[in-house]
Amino acid sequence: MTIITIAQLTIREAQRRKILWAALLMGILFLLVFGIGLHLIWREMTLDNPYDAPEMFEVPANFLTMAGLYVTNFLVVIMAVLISVASISGEIESHLVDILITKPMNRRDLIMGKWLGFGVMTTLYTFMLGGGVMLISRLVTGLALRQPIAGISLIALNALVMLTVSIAGGTRLSTLANGVVAFMLYGLAFVGGWVEAIGGLFRNETAVNLGIVSSLLLPVEALWRKAAIIFQPRMTGSTSFAGPFVVTNEPSDVMVVYAVVYIVGLLAFALWSFQKRDM
Amino acid sequence: MPDYAIETTHLRKEFGRKVAVADLTLQVKRGEVFGFLGPNGAGKTTSVKMLLGLTAPTAGDATLLNAPLGDRRTRTRIGYLPEHFRFYPWLKAVEFLDLQGRLYGMETQRRRNVIPQLLQRVGLAQATELKLAAFSKGMTQRIGLAQALMNAPDLVFLDEPTSGLDPLGRRLVREIIAEVSATGTAVFLNSHLLSEVEQTCHRVAFIREGRVLETHDLSQWDEDAISVKMRVGRISAELLAHLQTLSADVYQTDDGFVHVTVSAEKDIPTLVNWLVAHNHALYELNLERLSLEDRFLKIIGNHSGDTLTA
Ligand SMILES: Nc1ncnc2c1ncn2[C@@H]1O[C@H](COP(=O)(O)OP(=O)(O)OP(=O)(O)O)[C@@H](O)[C@H]1O
Ligand SMILES: [Mg+2]
Repeated sequence: MTIITIAQLTIREAQRRKILWAALLMGILFLLVFGIGLHLIWREMTLDNPYDAPEMFEVPANFLTMAGLYVTNFLVVIMAVLISVASISGEIESHLVDILITKPMNRRDLIMGKWLGFGVMTTLYTFMLGGGVMLISRLVTGLALRQPIAGISLIALNALVMLTVSIAGGTRLSTLANGVVAFMLYGLAFVGGWVEAIGGLFRNETAVNLGIVSSLLLPVEALWRKAAIIFQPRMTGSTSFAGPFVVTNEPSDVMVVYAVVYIVGLLAFALWSFQKRDM
Repeated sequence: MPDYAIETTHLRKEFGRKVAVADLTLQVKRGEVFGFLGPNGAGKTTSVKMLLGLTAPTAGDATLLNAPLGDRRTRTRIGYLPEHFRFYPWLKAVEFLDLQGRLYGMETQRRRNVIPQLLQRVGLAQATELKLAAFSKGMTQRIGLAQALMNAPDLVFLDEPTSGLDPLGRRLVREIIAEVSATGTAVFLNSHLLSEVEQTCHRVAFIREGRVLETHDLSQWDEDAISVKMRVGRISAELLAHLQTLSADVYQTDDGFVHVTVSAEKDIPTLVNWLVAHNHALYELNLERLSLEDRFLKIIGNHSGDTLTA
């Protein structure tokens, strides 16, 4: 009950402080630019080659759609951190939590409520952006991705991973330190993912292991690669490295389970850490 | 077991090597207005935070309304106005109180009834739909007070409730404290405004370095120290020597006045009779009851030796 109250409050805050509107407006703008751009490029390509077979265009259509989804993934991951990074630490520093947690509620309800509120917002936003990109590319290029819902869900899971990192950090770190940790972890996983991918091409085991360790530290890049594979099965098994949006090595399903365990574990840590600290 | 609103035994809090509260042992009765006084950094706020479960005590025990610290059900009967009260600036006054009521587990109907009354009571009836961001400091403090009384608590902690309030606001706080106390609510009041404490509290504790130095019942206190200030013709050594037999606290000031602290009113005629009998010309005699501030300075000063020498 209290969890729901706090979650509602969190969403109302995003509304009142115009975060929701800013994100929606900029999201629409993003989709607009993506749609117009895709339309222009697509017209150019198909006009110049009217006699080519439609299969010819599958690769560029795929590439452009994956680029859009890649940016979507990046945006929601960043957004998940930005909206939540100051929430707990800021309210501890300003002693605003004091009159909340002296009410007949559990301290953990506050954390759970905030997590839920932010989680609902980032998940909806992920589906809006990701779904928008897919819909636009479908309308413009006719490309149908293989498992759109499963893929977007993985991106949403990514956002939840980052959200949980930022919530957990907020129980102990100052807002700025928390932001630094969250973004640097993300950067680390990002680079780790590439090291793993390229290492895989050259069959360098140490590089691959380094990548795996960084994925364990923060499973977001691995989840993205998994999502990319789910979206576009044709690329599986391709041996050439074709840029950051095109994934050649698929992380195992265990990674998805790991990400869920990661979120639950980190959330449990956040609850414990918030419970134990002095205000 | 006696029925206390607050009972603490050897409550202690250390922050690393810093001892914020050394040894807090006190009892507050039900319905009592209890003043908790002490210099800056004495550990008042830390004590309140321990009692409210914001900060975990390093050692010691306490009960609120006979329940151990941290008992969640008891919290439905406790109100709290923190030291630097503020809240989400994007909430309207009425929404803010409604949220607090919900967190207290109050029914919708009861919240609807109580909120307008409370806003009226703290003088914010016009600000119901105003966002907290638009509140002045005093208005913020007022709504903080309203929030602390939302659940008609049996025990309310007010940490410097009058900070930022104008004289009208301060009087309002005094009146509200008297009202809730009359209905049986115990009030634990941290304040530096001693004249107000004097007007509102039944008992006061003086603390310093996280220890209770003295606890006094204010109703029994008026009598025990009256300062007499007088102007006599010639201040002889004999005069001063005799006065010292009447009072331990005798001194002379540059403006020609002699100050004597007597412990009871009945000592005053004795003093005057002696002066007349011994041909001392008495030109002027004033009574000055010791204000709480005088006592505060005296008590805190008296006990300061043990640290200043350290
Ligand atoms: N979180 C903390 N970490 C370290 N020291 C602290 C902390 N909180 C309080 N203190 C120290 O504990 C002592 C008591 O502080 P507290 O805030 O309880 O004083 P106070 O009596 O409320 O003072 P004031 O009248 O100024 O409000 C101070 O010396 C303070 O520096
Ligand atoms: Mg204080």
